[in-house]
Amino acid sequence: MAKGKHKMTPSEKSQARWGLAFVAPTMIGLIVLNFYPIFNTIYQSFFKTGDFGMGNVFVGLQNFASVLGGNEFWRSLGNTFKYALIEVPFSIIFALLLAVFLNRKIAFRSGYRTIFFLPMVAAPAAVAMVWKFLYNQQFGLINNVFGTQTAWISDPGIAWISIGVIGVWSIVGYNMILLISGLQEIPHDYYEAAEIDGATGVKQFFKITIPLLSPTIFFILQTRIIGALQQFDLIYMVMDNSNRALSSVETVVYYFYTQAFTYNNRGFGAAIVVSMLVIIMLITFLLQRAEKKWVFYN
Amino acid sequence: MESYRAKKAVTQGLIHVFLIIFSFSMLVPFLWMVLTAFKTQAESTSIDPFVFFPSSWSFDSFSTVWTSYNFLYLYKNTLLMILFRVICAVLTATMAGYAFGRLNFPGKNLLFSLILIQMMVPSQIFIIPQYIMVSRLGWLNTIAGLVFPGAVTAFGTFLLKTGYQGLPRDLEEAASIDGCNIGQQFLVIMMPLTRSSMVSLGIFTAVFAFKDLMWPMIVCSNASSTTLSAGLAKMQGQFSSNYPQLMAAATMASLPMIVLYLIFQKQFVEGIATSGGKL
Repeated sequence: MAKGKHKMTPSEKSQARWGLAFVAPTMIGLIVLNFYPIFNTIYQSFFKTGDFGMGNVFVGLQNFASVLGGNEFWRSLGNTFKYALIEVPFSIIFALLLAVFLNRKIAFRSGYRTIFFLPMVAAPAAVAMVWKFLYNQQFGLINNVFGTQTAWISDPGIAWISIGVIGVWSIVGYNMILLISGLQEIPHDYYEAAEIDGATGVKQFFKITIPLLSPTIFFILQTRIIGALQQFDLIYMVMDNSNRALSSVETVVYYFYTQAFTYNNRGFGAAIVVSMLVIIMLITFLLQRAEKKWVFYN
Repeated sequence: MESYRAKKAVTQGLIHVFLIIFSFSMLVPFLWMVLTAFKTQAESTSIDPFVFFPSSWSFDSFSTVWTSYNFLYLYKNTLLMILFRVICAVLTATMAGYAFGRLNFPGKNLLFSLILIQMMVPSQIFIIPQYIMVSRLGWLNTIAGLVFPGAVTAFGTFLLKTGYQGLPRDLEEAASIDGCNIGQQFLVIMMPLTRSSMVSLGIFTAVFAFKDLMWPMIVCSNASSTTLSAGLAKMQGQFSSNYPQLMAAATMASLPMIVLYLIFQKQFVEGIATSGGKL
């Protein structure tokens, strides 16, 4: 890199010119659309939004005090973790099974793959509407088929699991695709050698597949945890305002959305989302430290 | 040998049983959506578990939803939003990706670290100021407002940069000997070689925009200016218990993307899988 120590050659000069010109649209866009907004959100979190968006009043840390001092933020954060606790492990375990099965020579392999991946191209709004109907206590398919009367989405004790199931259903095919490409990178000789040594399929799975797949598994784990912590669509679409289980499944982003856009409490909403940012950054940091410890790299 | 083969057949059989049950549970919501859309309201709320199929396949719910909810507008808005987002994202990301992957320029590392930072930050943090900007620009309830946050892409830049880095070094040398300047090298030689990354980014951008719910709800509150996703959210509020109509709407909203997926399966799977969990 030229750091002014020597005069740039014509070729270096032209690279610098073209390079800057080529990154300019993206960089300007990112500054306007993302970096200014980060600072602006932080700035707004110190203000109380005035009526009709006029006359914001500086309130210092008061928004943070009421976000972090109130119940709703911590409850919705807890709900978000509860959602992640269903979605992340189950979608990965099922995806792992499916990936191992579909990585063999098996009939209809691509047909199965097509089906499992299908939810990825459906709009979450549509998916959530259908599941809401399936879960309906009176007319829902699930209660009809099993002859039950369960209040799948309005019983606070169950609703979080029901929402989590939709999450698993939506994402399992995606995780499966990533795991299949991870599996395909494992050299075949490892299994052949294990076969000669008399290792069974199950043993091979735990001694070869899992360790060699651990970077892929960890990558999915990391991105899915961060993704699950931002869950909004399912809650918004499945839970009516009048649903008595709402407070037991409401996530942080849902709480943010209602405060910032339903009640137009932007300063308060900004404080929620800044608090969430700090928590997500902290989790990202912890996950990256965990990666060094647990993941097996060749 | 015989018993080994028999054991293998049993294993294969069990795997198929598992896969078929799983496939079925993946498909049931889609099947139920389509079947319900053709039923009458009475049939849709029948508590007899064996009324799986509609007694007569009626398109009434589709036509009611189509006219009373301006579905044509929803399709048009969604299509235009996707089209502009894909064009903007692919164009800007391919240029920036080329520069980051192949050229040396001052401030390169610093600028690239901004790309990485943007990818780590949850997108909700941008939304309030983005909304305020859109409303100040007078772009609420417009296509420009829908496209706005997707005009450039840090993730796409990262993806294309990786694509350009994977190309062999001597390509440019040969081209510069032939007297091409950097712009010509990019357009004529390099860009066509990263076509698959561009397609992946295009598909990822399209699916992401199609699925997005929060942004269109915020900037397009009018029923005729919003997208399919946000339109469904509105409808659910209105027809809350007319299941055939709700399911007809959900079917119409999902169908185009599903058909495209079935046709371009390989590209879809690749495009979405490269997204690294951002979807």
